[in-house]
Amino acid sequence: MGTVAMKIDGKNVTADEGKTILQAALAAGIDIPHMCYLEQLEPYGACRLCMVEVTANKRTRMVASCAYPVKEGLEVKTDSEALRKVRKLLVELLWPLAPELAEKYGITASRFSNDHTDCSMCGKCVRYCSEIKKKEVLYFKGRGIEREIAAVPELVSECVYCQECFKECNGGLILKQAGMPWA
Amino acid sequence: MSKLKSPGELEALRHEIQSKRGAKQMITVCSGTGCLACGAVELTAAFIREIEKKELAHKVEVRPTGCHGFCERGPIVVILPQKICYLRASVEDVAEIVEKTLIKGELVDRLLYEDPETGKRIRYVDDIPFYKHQQRILLAGNVLIDPTNIWDYLAVGGYAALAKALFESTPEEIIDIVKESGLRGRGGGGFPTGVKWETTRNASAKPKYAIVNADEGDPGAYMDRSLLEGNPHGIIEGLIIGAYAIGANEGFIYVRREYPLACKNTRIAIEQAREYGFLGTDILGSGFDFDISVHHGAGAFVSGESSALMNAIEGRVGEPRPKYVHTSVKGLWDKPSCLNNVETWANIPFIVTKGAGWFKRMGTPGSTGTKIFSLVGKVNNTGLVEVPMGMSIRDIIFKIGAGIPGNKKFKAVQTGGPSGGVLPEKLLDLPVDFDELTKAGSMMGSGGMIVMDEDTCMVDTARYYIDFLAHESCGKCVPCREGLRQMLKILNRITRGEGTMEDIGLLEELCSVIKVASLCGLGQSSVNPVMSVLKYFGKEVEAHVKDKRCPAGVCKNLIAFHIDPEKCKGCGLCAKNCPANAITKTADKVHVIDQDLCIKCGLCISVCPEKFRAVEKVPAFQFQNAV
Ligand SMILES: Cc1cc2nc3c(=O)[nH]c(=O)nc-3n(C[C@H](O)[C@H](O)[C@H](O)COP(=O)(O)O)c2cc1C
Ligand code: SF4
Ligand code: SF4
Ligand code: SF4
Ligand code: SF4
Ligand code: FES
Ligand code: FES
Repeated sequence: MGTVAMKIDGKNVTADEGKTILQAALAAGIDIPHMCYLEQLEPYGACRLCMVEVTANKRTRMVASCAYPVKEGLEVKTDSEALRKVRKLLVELLWPLAPELAEKYGITASRFSNDHTDCSMCGKCVRYCSEIKKKEVLYFKGRGIEREIAAVPELVSECVYCQECFKECNGGLILKQAGMPWA
Repeated sequence: MSKLKSPGELEALRHEIQSKRGAKQMITVCSGTGCLACGAVELTAAFIREIEKKELAHKVEVRPTGCHGFCERGPIVVILPQKICYLRASVEDVAEIVEKTLIKGELVDRLLYEDPETGKRIRYVDDIPFYKHQQRILLAGNVLIDPTNIWDYLAVGGYAALAKALFESTPEEIIDIVKESGLRGRGGGGFPTGVKWETTRNASAKPKYAIVNADEGDPGAYMDRSLLEGNPHGIIEGLIIGAYAIGANEGFIYVRREYPLACKNTRIAIEQAREYGFLGTDILGSGFDFDISVHHGAGAFVSGESSALMNAIEGRVGEPRPKYVHTSVKGLWDKPSCLNNVETWANIPFIVTKGAGWFKRMGTPGSTGTKIFSLVGKVNNTGLVEVPMGMSIRDIIFKIGAGIPGNKKFKAVQTGGPSGGVLPEKLLDLPVDFDELTKAGSMMGSGGMIVMDEDTCMVDTARYYIDFLAHESCGKCVPCREGLRQMLKILNRITRGEGTMEDIGLLEELCSVIKVASLCGLGQSSVNPVMSVLKYFGKEVEAHVKDKRCPAGVCKNLIAFHIDPEKCKGCGLCAKNCPANAITKTADKVHVIDQDLCIKCGLCISVCPEKFRAVEKVPAFQFQNAV
C-alpha cells in the first residue's frame, strides 16, 4: 500500500492508504473531536463530533472524518463556523457527556431536557465485545429514540469479565448495566 | 416446459400462445391486496361458476389480475375488449353481469362509475376521470395479466426486451440507452440510473450484484407492492437486462415480509422464468448466466436505505453504514452492487423495446418518463396514479383525484413519504418532478402524495411525521436520534400550547444541523416536514405559540367544546352520547358542557342534529378560568 499526500488545516500531511482522515490527523498531531471512534474498532460514524470539511474536485462537503478514507490531494478543514455550529449543538444534544468539548466551546448548560445522561450510545461497549472479544454479550435494543444498550440474557454467562468494554465508556452506563456480572 | 434456447424459440412460443387464445371476451377481476380484502377471490370463483353454468367457457375467460389502482372502489371488474368497468362488484352481481353484459351486450348501470358532479354513469375505463388523465405504462400490465401465469406476460410481448438486449446489444450499448433515456431512480434520490450502472460496470472488483429494492417502508405508499404483485415478470426482466449491462451473475430482490402476496407472486414468477430459460445458465442460448434470490426484510423504514439493505442481506443488523465509497462500487460483501427501486427496474424493458427517444418524450427535460403516485388523504378519488413527470399537483389532485370531499378547502399536500415536505395552495401549479419538488422544500421520495384539507393542523402534521421518524430511525447517530427526540418534545409542547418563540428558533437550529450532520438519508431528510411547515405555515405555528390557538381546531389542549344556548333545543342527544358525562341539562332545557369533565372527543358535535348545530368548537382560552 502506498501513501497519499493531503492538506489538513493548511498543513501537509502524508498518510497510508486505507487510513481515515481522523487517523491521519491524529498521527500528525492535529486534534479532531471524536467520541465513538476507537482505534481497534471499525469506523462507526455515530457521534458526528468528528465532522470536517473536505474539498475534492472543487466540491466541499461536511463528512465524518473517522469514516472518510484519505485520498491524494484532499484538502481538509477541521474547524470553521459551520463545523462549530454542528459540534456545539451536538454537545448540547449529548449533554453532559462531552464535557471537554463543552468547556472548549464555553457551553455551560444545555437548552434541551436530556434523557440519556449516562450513555451516548457510542456503541464502543457493544462493538468491543463483538469485534475484539468475538462475544455478542451486548446489543442495541430497540431503534430510534427507544434505542438502548442491553445484555443478551442467554449470553451473559459468556462474558469473560475482561472489563475492557467499559474502559472507554463515556457515560458510565455499562458499569450499571442490569444483567452484567459486575452490576 | 423445456428451456427456450433462442430468441426464435421465444417468438415461436409467443405466436403459439397468441393463436391458441384467439379473440375471447375476458372478465378481469382485480386481485390485488386491496380488492382481495373486499372479496375478489369469491368474486372470481363466482364468475367462473357462472360462465360454466351458462356454457360460455369457450368464448369467455375469467382472469384474476394485479391492482388496477382504484382500490378504494374495489373489487374492480373490467370486461374486455370493450373495457367496461364495474366498481364495487360483489358475488350477488355476477349472474346479472354475465347475463346482461356478456350475453346481451347491455350495461349494469348501478355498477358503473358515477360522475359526482353530473350524476352521469361512465361506461369505459378510459373515460373515468381517475383513469382518463393518467398515462399508464408501467401499470398497464397490471390490468391485463394474471401475475402467476407467465403466458399472460409473454402474450403481451414479455421478455422480448431481454432477447433484444442479449442478442442485439452489447452491455455498453444498453447502458448508453438507459443514460440517453434520462431515467432517474424512483426510490427517492432520483440518481441517474445509467450513470449508476456504468459505475458498477466499470468497478474492477468481482463478483457484482444487481438488487431490487422492494422495502417500501413509507406508510400509505404501495406502488412497488402493486407492481411486484401485479406484474413481477416486468421487474424480473428489467433486472436481468440490468445484470447483463453491469456484468452481474447474481441478483437479489429485497422485499418486505409484510407483503405476502408480492413475495408469493415474485417467487412463482422466478420459478417460471427459470423453467422457461429466462433465468439460470446460458439464458436464451446467449451464454449469459444470471439467477435471483428473494430476501425477506423485516420491513423497518430505515432498512430501505441502500447500505442498511445490504447489511440486512449480509445477515447483519439493517442499519446504515458510514461509508463514503458508493455501494455501486463497494456494496454487498464490499463488491460492486447496483441497487435500484422496483419502479426503476420496471421501466427498463420499455426503454429497451421502445427506445430512449420514446421515453424522453414523456415528462420534463430533467425528469423523463412517468411516475406512479399513491394519492391518498382528503381527496375524492384515492389510489395509484401513473402520470407523466411534470404534471401539476393541481391536475393530479383536482382532475384525477376529483378534488376535496365535502366541499372543504384544500390546505396542503405532503409529498415524498414521511420525510417529505408539505406544500401550500400557492404551489398547486408546481410541476411534479424531482428538481421542482426539492426546490420547493419537499421531495419526490417514492411518490407518496397525501392531500390535506382545511381541518388539518399543520403543527400536528409536523409532529406526527417527526414522531414516526424518531421511532423509525435506527437510532445510531446523535443528530438524528437526539435531534429528533428534542424536535418531538418541542412540537409536543407547541401542540399543547406550551411552546415559546425560543422553541421555534430551536427547531430551526435543530433542522439546520440534523440535515447536514446525520449519517444517512433518513436523518438528512427528516427535517423536511418541520422546515416546510415553518416556511409555509409559519402563521399557524405562531398562533399556537403566541395566541395559544389552533386555527384548524385539532390540538386538543387548545380547543374547547361549547353549546350555544341560543341554538340548543334541548333534545339531549349530546348528553346521552357523551362518554365523559360532561353534559348536563339546565332548568330551561339548554345543555351545558362541564369543561373540567370534557375529554374533547368531539362526539357531541357529530350527534347534535344538523338542524340545530348547537355545539361549536372554540379556542380553549375562552374557558381559561374553567380549565
Ligand atoms: C431511510 C431511507 C429509506 C429508503 N427506503 C427505500 C425504499 O423503501 N425503497 C427504495 O427503492 N429506496 C429506498 N430508499 C432509497 C435507497 O437508499 C436507494 O437510493 C434506492 O433504492 C436506489 O434505487 P433508485 O436509484 O432506483 O432510486 C431509502 C432511502 C432512505 C434514506
Ligand atoms: S454504555 Fe458506554 S460504551 Fe456503551 S454505548 Fe453507552 S456510552 Fe458507549
Ligand atoms: S440518520 Fe438516523 S437512521 Fe440514519 S444512521 Fe443516523 S440514526 Fe440511523
Ligand atoms: S367533546 Fe366529548 S367529552 Fe366533551 S362534552 Fe362533547 S361528547 Fe362530552
Ligand atoms: S344535541 Fe344539540 S340541540 Fe340537542 S341538547 Fe345537545 S346541544 Fe342541544
Ligand atoms: S468519531 Fe466520527 S462519528 Fe464519532
Ligand atoms: S387492489 Fe384492486 S384496484 Fe388496487
